[in-house]
Amino acid sequence: MSARAPQSQRYGARVWRTFRHTQRAIVSLYIVGVLAVLALSADFIANDKPHYLSVRGESYFPVLLEYGVGLGVRSWPAELRNVDFYELAREADTAIWPPIPYSSTRVDIRSQPFKAPSSAHWLGTDHLGRDIAAGMLHGTRVSLTIGLVVVLIQATIGIALGALAGFYGGWIDLVISRFIEIMLGIPTFFLLLTVAAVFPPSIYLIMIILGLTGWTGIARYVRSEFLRVRALDFVEAARSLGGSDLRVMGRHVLPNSLAPVLVSMSFGVASAILSESALSFLGIGVPAHIVTWGSILSAARTNTFAWWLAVFPGAAIFLTVTVYNLIGDGLRDALDPKTALALEARGTEAAPVLQTPAVETA
Amino acid sequence: MLSYLVQRIVLLAATFLAITVIGFTITRLAPGDPVELYFSGGLAGGDTGVSTDRLKNVERAKEALRKQLGLDRPLYVQYGIWLGDILTGDLGTSFKDGRPVWDKILERLPLTITLNAMSILLTFAIAIPLGILSAVRTGSLADQVTTVGAFMLYSLPSFWVGTLIIIFLCGGDYFAWFPSAGVRSIDFDPSWPWYQRLGDYLHHLAAPLFVTTYGTFAYLSRVLRASMLEVKSQDYIRTARAKGLPERTVILKHVLRNSIIPIVTNIGLLLPALIGGSVIIETIFSLPGLGYLGYESILQRDYPTVLAIFSAGSALALIGILISDLLLVAVDPRISFASRPA
Repeated sequence: MSARAPQSQRYGARVWRTFRHTQRAIVSLYIVGVLAVLALSADFIANDKPHYLSVRGESYFPVLLEYGVGLGVRSWPAELRNVDFYELAREADTAIWPPIPYSSTRVDIRSQPFKAPSSAHWLGTDHLGRDIAAGMLHGTRVSLTIGLVVVLIQATIGIALGALAGFYGGWIDLVISRFIEIMLGIPTFFLLLTVAAVFPPSIYLIMIILGLTGWTGIARYVRSEFLRVRALDFVEAARSLGGSDLRVMGRHVLPNSLAPVLVSMSFGVASAILSESALSFLGIGVPAHIVTWGSILSAARTNTFAWWLAVFPGAAIFLTVTVYNLIGDGLRDALDPKTALALEARGTEAAPVLQTPAVETA
Repeated sequence: MLSYLVQRIVLLAATFLAITVIGFTITRLAPGDPVELYFSGGLAGGDTGVSTDRLKNVERAKEALRKQLGLDRPLYVQYGIWLGDILTGDLGTSFKDGRPVWDKILERLPLTITLNAMSILLTFAIAIPLGILSAVRTGSLADQVTTVGAFMLYSLPSFWVGTLIIIFLCGGDYFAWFPSAGVRSIDFDPSWPWYQRLGDYLHHLAAPLFVTTYGTFAYLSRVLRASMLEVKSQDYIRTARAKGLPERTVILKHVLRNSIIPIVTNIGLLLPALIGGSVIIETIFSLPGLGYLGYESILQRDYPTVLAIFSAGSALALIGILISDLLLVAVDPRISFASRPA
């Protein structure tokens, strides 16, 4: 039953073509790519272990080795256990260090806390003497992961409930709609604060709460799309061919309703990153040893002379939130037939029509 | 109209009950026994060290306290009691200092309301002219500047802007344009003439007000612009122009009035964000408002206060939704009470 595939491909291709005309969104997409690369390679850019170390006639690859140990396939050789690589590197023949020779959690004893940006610490150090550049890189990893995981949870719940409500209607729709209304009436950010504060700090807990509270937008979208699409002829046809409910929903209705969900998901990533940063900023939720953008920014609250603790992580949050918002915006313009036509005709940017960007704490 | 209103309010009440059940369950199931907290110095501070010979007395006292707070009963009974108290206007007693929660909230509420009311007024005062300007002169330099500016503004995290203001503009090592905390100067004197007192107050509120407002006005001005552009392309606008109405009348009377609907629906949706936003902004600027009280209470696990603020927040959100629905009917005669899904 892939009769609809060619059409949806054409549709997808057209959306992509329009999307490409939105310069802002394309640039944003590249920026997200760069951020993702930074997040993935954070350990290779900033680490308190050298990439390569040749000492006493032996060669080591400590950074890679660390991954092996983490995966459980390798273990540290006895001579490298509990060793300070800075000390070891001094007697080494060659040591190749990452560009930032600190890890995000490493307290640099040689340096004082609250060092302003310098050649030793590009972006300065925090109240414990931890390197901010390394912390920023690690924060990229945390933020992008949170954005992705949260949005996946939200999309799963939102699509499932929205699909059920829209497809079956009746009392199922009534129950789910009531549930959505309840969720809308909850002061989400305050709930988030409460739960994150009373339970032991954990990054997974934050992801779960954000995921469980933020799905209403997607559910409402999917519900209305299903309501619209289920009455169309091709659904009727699939049904009369004997397709089960699940099959009709999954193979025929869902692909035709998915486009707006992507817009919501893009805004959802921005909003999740914003919420996590706000929580960390208030010093709630993320364990103290995990460095995030919000937690660096939080240190600036009480140490108002250390401008670098505020400027860099804040700029990173701003940039990331903005690019995800721009991508969502570009997607929406590309999906909207009215703006899409205008875009293709002119080949330039349409004025963005704003609906539901990530607005903080909403 | 009346029956619609009654129906809506009944439904709202049911939704509110469901939300309080969620809030209640979370605060009661949270790890950390309030009684233990009470005895470890949470309440009234002071007597924290207990010698071993008094331990038995302490156990007995804990038991008594648990009974007094009703914590020995099943959860649903506790909820019933709490709900009964709420409905009779009793929000309970703070775990932290033993004061009625009502008193604590009432002394913090005026500041938060003042701040948010000023913020909403300011939002509309800026967003509407800006949106009109942007929509009337589509594609002009002014339009492009406001478009980019608005996008930047509402992506700017308020906690970042707040922190930057504290660091660079509120004393510290740089400019000292604004006070960094509180609502009164250190040398505040009640005998000051009213304008000096008012000036002092506004000087303290200026920075928090800016941080509360910039995101919403940027957002709303965009919403208005989009809505006005849509209306501008309608036939009846062409008709209005064709019959020779001055442009001013066309824009202000015909376009604006029909574009105001999305703005109106947004008024209600702004309300629920206020509590969350207040937490952040009042914490940054150390303002003794409801949000700061909430933040403190959460950190101190003062559950009665947390639950009260949580409930107040959700009531506000629900009322916001109701208001925006009612306003919608008021501004748009095409929408009738009967046909709207409840």
